[in-house]
Amino acid sequence: MEANVEAKPVIQPMQVALSEKVEKPDAQEHYELKMDAHDVSVFYGEKQALFDVSLGIRDRSVTALIGPSGCGKSTFLRCLNRMNDTIEGCRVTGDITLDGENITAPRVDPVQLRARVGMVFQKPNPFPKSIFENIAYGPRIHGLASSKADLEEIVVSSLQKAGLYNEVKDRLDESGTSLSGGQQQRLCIARAISVNPEVILMDEPCSALDPIATARIEALMEELKANYCMVIVTHSMQQAARVSQRTAFFHMGYLIEEGDTTEVFTNPKLEKTQDYITGRFG
Amino acid sequence: MSEAQAINRRGALDWASKSAQRRVRRRYAADWRLQAYGIVAIAFAIGLLGILLASVVVNGYPAFVQTKLDLELYIDPSKVKPEDPAKGNYRAIVKSSLASLFPGVTDDKQKADLGKILTSDAAYIVRDYVVDHPEVIGKRITLPIAVSDSFDQLYKGVIPKEVDALSITQERWFERLLNRGVVVEADGRTDLKLDVYIDPAKIEAGPPPTGDFAALARNGLQAYLPTVHDTGLFTMLADDAPEAIQQRVAADPSLIGKTVQVLLPVSEPYQVLAKGETPTVPNPRFAPGQIKAFESLVERGMVRTPFNWELFFNADSRFPERAGLAGAIAGSFYALLVCFLLSFPIGIAAAVYLEEFAPKNRLTDLIEVNINNLAAVPSVVFGLLGLAVFLGFFGLPRSAPLVGGMVLSLMTLPTIIIATRAALKAVPPSIREAALGVGASKHQVMLHHVLPLAMPGILTGTIIGMAQALGETAPLLLIGMNAFIPSVENVGLLEPATALPTQIFSWADSPERGFVSRTSAAILVLLGFLVIMNIIAIALRHKFERKW
Repeated sequence: MEANVEAKPVIQPMQVALSEKVEKPDAQEHYELKMDAHDVSVFYGEKQALFDVSLGIRDRSVTALIGPSGCGKSTFLRCLNRMNDTIEGCRVTGDITLDGENITAPRVDPVQLRARVGMVFQKPNPFPKSIFENIAYGPRIHGLASSKADLEEIVVSSLQKAGLYNEVKDRLDESGTSLSGGQQQRLCIARAISVNPEVILMDEPCSALDPIATARIEALMEELKANYCMVIVTHSMQQAARVSQRTAFFHMGYLIEEGDTTEVFTNPKLEKTQDYITGRFG
Repeated sequence: MSEAQAINRRGALDWASKSAQRRVRRRYAADWRLQAYGIVAIAFAIGLLGILLASVVVNGYPAFVQTKLDLELYIDPSKVKPEDPAKGNYRAIVKSSLASLFPGVTDDKQKADLGKILTSDAAYIVRDYVVDHPEVIGKRITLPIAVSDSFDQLYKGVIPKEVDALSITQERWFERLLNRGVVVEADGRTDLKLDVYIDPAKIEAGPPPTGDFAALARNGLQAYLPTVHDTGLFTMLADDAPEAIQQRVAADPSLIGKTVQVLLPVSEPYQVLAKGETPTVPNPRFAPGQIKAFESLVERGMVRTPFNWELFFNADSRFPERAGLAGAIAGSFYALLVCFLLSFPIGIAAAVYLEEFAPKNRLTDLIEVNINNLAAVPSVVFGLLGLAVFLGFFGLPRSAPLVGGMVLSLMTLPTIIIATRAALKAVPPSIREAALGVGASKHQVMLHHVLPLAMPGILTGTIIGMAQALGETAPLLLIGMNAFIPSVENVGLLEPATALPTQIFSWADSPERGFVSRTSAAILVLLGFLVIMNIIAIALRHKFERKW
């Protein structure tokens, strides 16, 4: 894991951020519920894709959503920052809270929500702009930087947190699309971090990457979970076992089982979960 | 498993069988035929295009040079006052300069004919030069002055020095007489051996006999070609033909009241025709002596054909040798400017709304279908609309580029909207998601990410729409944008103007020979602009094309 070696200097700014967070009263308990979904159902037109899912997501840990293709795990993930709103004909029922506040209420501004709940997508999707602009875009539209120096500092620290800074520090004005796939994905993670979110959602972030790049992203998740609440959708059971503390198993739109990752993988309560994680179907 | 395989194998195709081989051959033949149809179709299309281009180029290239006469002029201070050079008697200066070239010509009529070698605008060309260079007053200068259209065409070999004297009909009449054996040759002279009735009502016996012998000759000839009712027939008889009858009657007055056979000489062109040659006469377009004078100027090396910059920098003129496209280019420019300023923002706004924000319902479906249909509406309909609404209802000025541009933008809008929507659709959704993911609002996603990425496609569509608008004639004709603009000084959005296609239309309508080549040249200029615009569109697409 050379990723860890290289990422060492990254730790410092994160520890600063951590100490800031500790002071907040709602972050006192390590395994406090950050988000809580209650009876969430999703309809695409007439078709129901998700059936009454209730799932709590804990702060400062990685929650993995696993399950076969089309089981609704990505749909559930997209409910958490209301990305489903952008899909024509998609309807969500049920309640989802973030720090106790109901985010499905119509008066909640989805744009603001998405700044608090960042997202990293399956395919690396940097903007076809410079690396600097990729990171600076979010802080700029949200007014997070008061000056140019401020903005530069945010860009650098975001890149550092994503473990990308040392690789790109000399070419911040090059196009983000000129990076390799793994670097692009870390750039996307840096972009998500740049607006200082509380939750980071990752939709199969490593499925388009090779094993080495995957290892780096996983190491990065390991570091980031000290500060952020993370939810990851993955097809790889090994990945879920490696990076997550909590695991939720979805099947056919239903949440079948959820629990501590070690528990789910070593001692699943239900036979279906057992079948899936041992590779009998899926 | 093994059973199923056995069944399959029994039913398997025998590729070596005759029917199978025939099928293969047919398949290849069908493949080949399909390709051949395509190649034939493409060859046909390219061939037609080639013929079109070739004919335009062949017709048009003479207009890119202009025959000019290097005329030495003495800017006489007694005719041009240095304090007011615009009001000199330049006509006299040109006249005396020409006269000095032909000292032998004294007759006023001939002098006037010589003057017509130069363009009627010659005096103005000299005036404009002297106004720009007042220091030449009192000096001798040599100015290239365009020759008039007929001589321009003559020098370029478009019109001949001599033309056929006889029409095909006239040659046929002669042929019919030839077949009847009445054409005889004697002493190197061709005569018609005709039976002529010496009508006592027309002839006095004399002596010497008097009367209308010409009428007798005409009647005699008419009797041989009774179906011809054309006085042109009688030009076949030479001027001395009646004398031949008169001589016969004088020799024998008793012939009056009888029919006699007379040898009537035929006129000059028919003499030539009888020898098997094609009779010619000097081109009647030119006055006698004009061609000779022009040829002597050519011999003196004073006639040149420099590149015709006037074609681009002169406005329209009734004289082809002075007519240029500057007015039309300016008019087209203003009309396209208006068209762009209107249709680009409106088109993009409409497309963005329809593509990104509009709810999908019956109303937006209807709007969508209608926009697509608008792109197929004949342009003349938009012209009528512009006539009724912009001119009739809003009372905007006729012939103005403002109205032209507005009408053209009606045509261009659907093109731009459709192209913009296609370009917006082509932006990958991952970019939208990425922007939404960092908390960009819908309009931020649109303005910061999607629209810039769609811009090359939008620009391509816009330029192609503009190119279409540039070549559009019918709507401009309907709002009167085919005005005669003899000067480029008064061009503006609200001034009467013409445009390139309408200029082509008016030139094509003009009777002067010089406008034939100028029409083709104007088409080439228009095509040149279209090619440039398309190249810009392609370059933009290549420049901004991004890989995802």
